[in-house]
Amino acid sequence: MAKPRIFEKPMGVRDFLPEFVSKKKWVEKQVEDCFRSWGYREVITPTLEYFDTVGKASAIEEEKLFKLLDGQGRTLVLRPDQTTPISRVVSTLMKEEPFPIRLCYHSNVFRAQEREAGRNAEFFQSGVELVGDHSPEADAEVVALAVEAMKACGVQNIQVAVGHIRLLNALLEHVVQEPEMIAKLKQSLGRRNLVEFRESVQSLNGSDKKQMVLSLLTMKGGQERLDQLAKMDGGKQVAEEVTHLKAMWHALEDWGVASRVVLDLSLVGSLDYYTGVYFEGYGSEGYYLLSGGRYDRLLEQFDRPASARGFALKTDRLVMASTQGPDHPERVALVYSRNMRYEAFQIANRMRRQGKAVSLFVKESDRSFDSLAGYDRVEEVIGDGNL
Amino acid sequence: METSDEKLVIAMPKGRIFNESLQLFRQAGYPVSEEMMEGSRKLIVEVPEESLSFLLVKPMDVPTYVEHGVADLGVAGKDVLMEENREVYEILDLKISACRISVAGMSDWKPVLNPKVATKYPRIADRYFREKGQQVEVVRLNGSVELAPIIGLADRIVDIVSTGRTLQENGLVELEKIASITSRLIANRSSYRLKSGWMDRLCERLDGLVNGRGNVV
Repeated sequence: MAKPRIFEKPMGVRDFLPEFVSKKKWVEKQVEDCFRSWGYREVITPTLEYFDTVGKASAIEEEKLFKLLDGQGRTLVLRPDQTTPISRVVSTLMKEEPFPIRLCYHSNVFRAQEREAGRNAEFFQSGVELVGDHSPEADAEVVALAVEAMKACGVQNIQVAVGHIRLLNALLEHVVQEPEMIAKLKQSLGRRNLVEFRESVQSLNGSDKKQMVLSLLTMKGGQERLDQLAKMDGGKQVAEEVTHLKAMWHALEDWGVASRVVLDLSLVGSLDYYTGVYFEGYGSEGYYLLSGGRYDRLLEQFDRPASARGFALKTDRLVMASTQGPDHPERVALVYSRNMRYEAFQIANRMRRQGKAVSLFVKESDRSFDSLAGYDRVEEVIGDGNL
Repeated sequence: METSDEKLVIAMPKGRIFNESLQLFRQAGYPVSEEMMEGSRKLIVEVPEESLSFLLVKPMDVPTYVEHGVADLGVAGKDVLMEENREVYEILDLKISACRISVAGMSDWKPVLNPKVATKYPRIADRYFREKGQQVEVVRLNGSVELAPIIGLADRIVDIVSTGRTLQENGLVELEKIASITSRLIANRSSYRLKSGWMDRLCERLDGLVNGRGNVV
């Protein structure tokens, strides 16, 4: 392998220049204000975790984990997501704190480098976790908060697609029975391969069965789909999940976000991880901005079983999808000769208190001020404390 | 949530599948003529009256355009989808350009000690032999794959077979079929959600045509 050139970085990592950073901070601030006003408290967890704890429990597949070894030869991972470390914290350091617990984060997460440029090995996420509350309202809360957070960043045309893996499971179990077939159908949906899904359906016996399973692909919409599901004779498990989903839907209606939400039973996330509602948020010019859902089996891996749900915003994309941005302070270059140094500092501070960004430049005989072109305004200190 | 005022961008593969897919779109009622596509070397063809825009790209690149969202939809062979393994929705089997991807070798082929397979599809080949529990060395070529067993670069090839004539002419035989191939309509993940009204209409038209259901315009 050739030695890297000085401008090169490991694949998938990026530098961020001031313009991007200021927009990213602005986005995080909007999101943060939202999260805080809904009662979520921010936590910070380490960048490094053990593979055997967080790495194994994470929803991210092992081959996508960024692994390294510590001094004793134990396998570490750079945190692949923030949900798993937070579950560890909730189950250990915060063990005595009563449920429900509402936490939020802004952090960078890591994935093993992928085969081509444009796929990042390190990227930013902001998100929330609501742990220890099994009510449909808690599920509705994170969906509503997701919409609110996107709105706060000026995202247009917001849409949240909501699936329900347990309901899907119950429906398939009621109709199909064979576990291998159910697994196959779910995998096709997970891979977003509708062609393969339809092909598998063709091998089922009975046209009623086929029709029923195929209708999952077109089960998209709102209240009318729930009514349709409620009328269906799908057994006890289906009825239970439909009741939960309906209650969640009504909460979303009450909270004024149902118009942003589309139910879609063919939407599934990581199959072994999510245990109920799963949702993805989209907006502006075709941006996929967030995903989240219910994960009731994660906390038990850290010995504090609890129902939980949350979502993670893809901050990089949110920065691009956002139609607004921070107000930039006026950038002022203040030039002074050395005998006015004291006054220049006084003036600069006065202007700084007014919210301007002021940089001082001392006049020297060999110095040209070409570099001041990037400033909004150039001022020179000439008298006793005045400009 | 309908955004029908927006434009839909479709990535089309140049070459073998192109004419067939174009015909399908035409039959589905979209005013696209061969002249407007082929007469020039244009890479982008606009159909303003339908708010459609076609990108003419290399077949192997269709899933890339769609995954990155510069195209909302695309037409890609299943072979390309299997090889590229992109995060896109595979929404409809267009049932055109049917063929298969197969393992082929000289007519007197016998297992060898260090098997080598030449192919344009290294990932498909690798996955196939691995699942069969065989370790083979995969040699990636960009064309004239049939040459490899003749001159001893590899003992077998993995390639597309439609009529089998090319194989025959080169003294090769089809040994195992890996998968059946047709062209698929694929969609970008976000477009599938945000332009769903548009997309559902197009799918319905094409589905009706392909599967002989519904009303064809």
